[in-house]
Amino acid sequence: MSMPAETLDDKAGGAALSTAPASSRRLHVAIFAATAILVLAAPWMVYPVFAMKVLCFALFACAFNLLLGYGGLLSFGHAMFFGLAAYVSAHLAKVGAFTLSFGRFGAFEVALPPLTPELAILCGTAVAALLGLGVGLLAIRRQGIYFAMITLAIAQMIYFFSLQAPFTGGEDGIQAVPRGELFGVLPLSSDINLYYVVAAIFMGGLLLIYRIVHSPFGQVLRAIRDNEQRAISLGYDVNRYKLMVFTLSATLAGLAGATKAIVFQLASLSDVHWTMSGEVVLMTLVGGMGTIFGPIIGALVIVSMQNYLAFIGAWVSVVQGCIFVLCVLLFREGIVGVIAKWLRRPL
Amino acid sequence: MLIKRILLVTAALMTATAAHSETAVKIGVLTDMSGTYSDLAGPGSVWAANKAVKDFGAAAKGMKVEVISADHQNKGDIASGIARRWYDTENVNVVVDLVTSSTALAVNEVAKEKNKVALVSGAASSEITGGKCNANTLHWTYDTYSLANGTGNAIVKTGGDSWFFVTADYAFGQALERDTSAVVTANGGKVLGSVKHPFPAQDFSSYLLQAQGSGAKIIGLANAGADTTNAIKQASEFGIVQAGQNLAGLLVFITDVHALGLKTAQGLIFTEAWYWDMNDANRAFAKEYAAANNGKYPTMVHAGVYSSVMHYLKAVEALKSAGDGGAIVAKMKEMPTEDALFGKGSVREDGRKIHDMYLFEVKKPDESKAPWDYYKLRATIPAAEAWRPLAQSTCSLVKK
Amino acid sequence: MFELIGVTPQALFGQLLLGLINGSFYAMLSLGLAIIFGLLNIINFTHGAQYMMGAFVAWMLLKFLGLNYWWALILAPVIVGATGVLIERFLISRLYNLDHLYGLLLTFGLALIIQGVFRNQYGSSGLPYEIPEILQGGHNLGFMFLPNYRGWVVVFSLVVCIATWLVIEKTRLGAYLRAATENATLVGAFGVNVPRLITLTYGFGVGLAALAGVLAAPIYSVNPNMGADLIIVVFAVVVIGGMGSILGSILTGFGLGLVEGLTKVFYPEAAATVIFIIMVIVLLIKPAGLFGRTA
Repeated sequence: MSMPAETLDDKAGGAALSTAPASSRRLHVAIFAATAILVLAAPWMVYPVFAMKVLCFALFACAFNLLLGYGGLLSFGHAMFFGLAAYVSAHLAKVGAFTLSFGRFGAFEVALPPLTPELAILCGTAVAALLGLGVGLLAIRRQGIYFAMITLAIAQMIYFFSLQAPFTGGEDGIQAVPRGELFGVLPLSSDINLYYVVAAIFMGGLLLIYRIVHSPFGQVLRAIRDNEQRAISLGYDVNRYKLMVFTLSATLAGLAGATKAIVFQLASLSDVHWTMSGEVVLMTLVGGMGTIFGPIIGALVIVSMQNYLAFIGAWVSVVQGCIFVLCVLLFREGIVGVIAKWLRRPL
Repeated sequence: MLIKRILLVTAALMTATAAHSETAVKIGVLTDMSGTYSDLAGPGSVWAANKAVKDFGAAAKGMKVEVISADHQNKGDIASGIARRWYDTENVNVVVDLVTSSTALAVNEVAKEKNKVALVSGAASSEITGGKCNANTLHWTYDTYSLANGTGNAIVKTGGDSWFFVTADYAFGQALERDTSAVVTANGGKVLGSVKHPFPAQDFSSYLLQAQGSGAKIIGLANAGADTTNAIKQASEFGIVQAGQNLAGLLVFITDVHALGLKTAQGLIFTEAWYWDMNDANRAFAKEYAAANNGKYPTMVHAGVYSSVMHYLKAVEALKSAGDGGAIVAKMKEMPTEDALFGKGSVREDGRKIHDMYLFEVKKPDESKAPWDYYKLRATIPAAEAWRPLAQSTCSLVKK
Repeated sequence: MFELIGVTPQALFGQLLLGLINGSFYAMLSLGLAIIFGLLNIINFTHGAQYMMGAFVAWMLLKFLGLNYWWALILAPVIVGATGVLIERFLISRLYNLDHLYGLLLTFGLALIIQGVFRNQYGSSGLPYEIPEILQGGHNLGFMFLPNYRGWVVVFSLVVCIATWLVIEKTRLGAYLRAATENATLVGAFGVNVPRLITLTYGFGVGLAALAGVLAAPIYSVNPNMGADLIIVVFAVVVIGGMGSILGSILTGFGLGLVEGLTKVFYPEAAATVIFIIMVIVLLIKPAGLFGRTA
């Protein structure tokens, strides 16, 4: 079998430069600072709930990009981590108690009071991590297109689970999730308070992803992405690396979903549906896969589009489809990828 | 660039706030504009809300009423996001329609939080006036309890005393099955079994085969929309009705009957709150509706939107302000309701609008004389019997 | 024996037969996917939308031109296949020297566009399409009532699947196709017009999807979303079978339909997920799929 002439990653905004030279690092620090200032100022410029939505999806897209852009693995089922974490966090923040049922072998009841939001988010994230580990073990057995189809199929299973499990509320979802008080002290019912919590989670997640990408682990990942056979012959346990990045990506996607459930006080089926998996691919593609900052721009573009084009109703999905087609045919670098190419620096 | 645009939009909104005057009312129709339920609610609901504003004569009464609309795509999170934005930044006083329970339950929480009003017409869940009721929400047209009650009761009384359910496997379907089973057994009927199908489903043949095997006289379809029409269509393919069993749709709209065609749908029995061909006022409404909506006819949801907006505007007129949502809802509960489509009625303390319900049977093709002439009235379920008794209510607003 | 497991033979045979009917749709769709994948190396995410288009074209032929089901059976695959040819010529062909995943993303975008346009034009509540006169009614088989139309679906799709298999295995054209799947450059060197072969193959695969759509139209309501969830199930079917062999994808399609039918007898709650669960098990035991060649 011949190697395709261009892989997903050659288009990834010059990220083929495996190590960031000092000048790039300075540029990155500057961009991080600018991002931080924008994030801090945003709630005074736009409707805070909208800004929070953008941040949640930006984190989701960044997590997805860690897998696609740096690991070279296209998951078409990332909504399962996002959505399941949202359900878990919403349930724990609202009800607390849960029952682990083992069918005819009996059930195991955990009587918890409703959790504070930070614990609920943490638990949601942990569940996504576990799911990520399980799905990862299965999915990395195949590559490329098969990998995408397997993740899609498993995500569909999680969707049916979410539809039928008693605690998810089926079609209605989990509604009226209390925002609660952070650490039992700071009331999050105020949009501004909650916004800065979300902003902190987002910046934390972004810095973590940056660290992962620029660590020795991240370099091995890129080596595997660029040429798996070579990495194997160099003695790397390729599957272990793939599994780790898959789990990390799932965990961060879960963090985004769990946070979103607290922000919107709602976890619903649309969070686990395959259209959500498609949206996160689109955000990453538009912003620029394999760039640190691209998915943020992508999320901003897509969420604003959904928000301000809501009046065109179902045409939104047609517009999204057109963007998909145009990006794939003409604009594979994405917005930030183009800028990176222009600056000749990885972003 | 984008930020600049957002800033501009925000600035524009703020100016709008400043211009807000005392008698201004803004009605937001939040509905499914493009999906599965867009025919039974959707653009028609927007039309109905505008028609109510016109018939009310708002301008002559010194009120400035504006109607806006948005598509919630049947998703709870989109619905709550739009409602939040409307209430927070666009001075919307009341959100109406809210087809599908997930969107209704999401928006009623937002309405409560912001002390605004939500008037539900399209959604079915009886939870809206049950465990999840609040002082800012009214449920107008129908609910799962009244459907189950009307259909179950009437069918058992006319001899359909053994049932088998084909149920959509999620909260809504399960609630319909549970409520209907209770009615059937309370009237001396028997439930022989049920089968749950995934939602949404395309192929019902195997579930229908099980229903056929059960030997039940009535096959109850505890599902909605395309699931119901598919099930009915396939039941006719498998000759189930010809073999002597009858189908009972638990949630059927006239648009579903239209999509099925009379040949397939004939004989189907179900409960609805409103039908266009029942009196002159309804017929006039339907005629005008059809002229404005490509010849489609209105459903009970459209009529409910009309009726709820009308009553809301009366309450605002009485209070001379649309600001305090809780006060308006209290006023709406206090005043008796009366409008051209639903006649006289009332709103209960749990937020339930009370009116008669009707049991219909779909006509045979040769009985239908005109387009959309689809129903025969089998029975009227008086308002006093149609709804869940307050004694059984789990709503916190009900004083016991 | 049947009494032991609490299921009557009537129910069992009935559900198996119904499973076979669903299996015919899986088989036709996964066959089309496998042919396209074999030569183009892309997973055609638009397949579900093209299945839906088949049903819609059948409906339009009847509504606007008065052409009945039998005409639709011939014309709809040709019309939808022709749109497939255009899609391949103008869009997909630009991606052949890129990573295969771009093909997946492109066809996903196309599926969104096609489904969105149909939803806007025709709503989501579905349109009626009658079963043709001579296939109405049914036969009592003793253990169940089999509508004639469903019987027709099984027979017809079996014939189509076997004919396709024969064409690929036994004809000169099929030999070109198989050779190009192995090594397109070499086949091109022998003077075969490989790009045209690729285009026609895509058109043929799409035509199969549309044909399945026409078959489905009288059973299910003609609905813009009818292919959206089905395609995911078919993906799982394809993963289970492995895309190495044409016969394999046909057998897996019918086989999984039967398994699904059995699930509806014994544990209906799992009917929606059983294929995905089987996929997980197959991946654990034989990652290349039941009929797949290890890469």
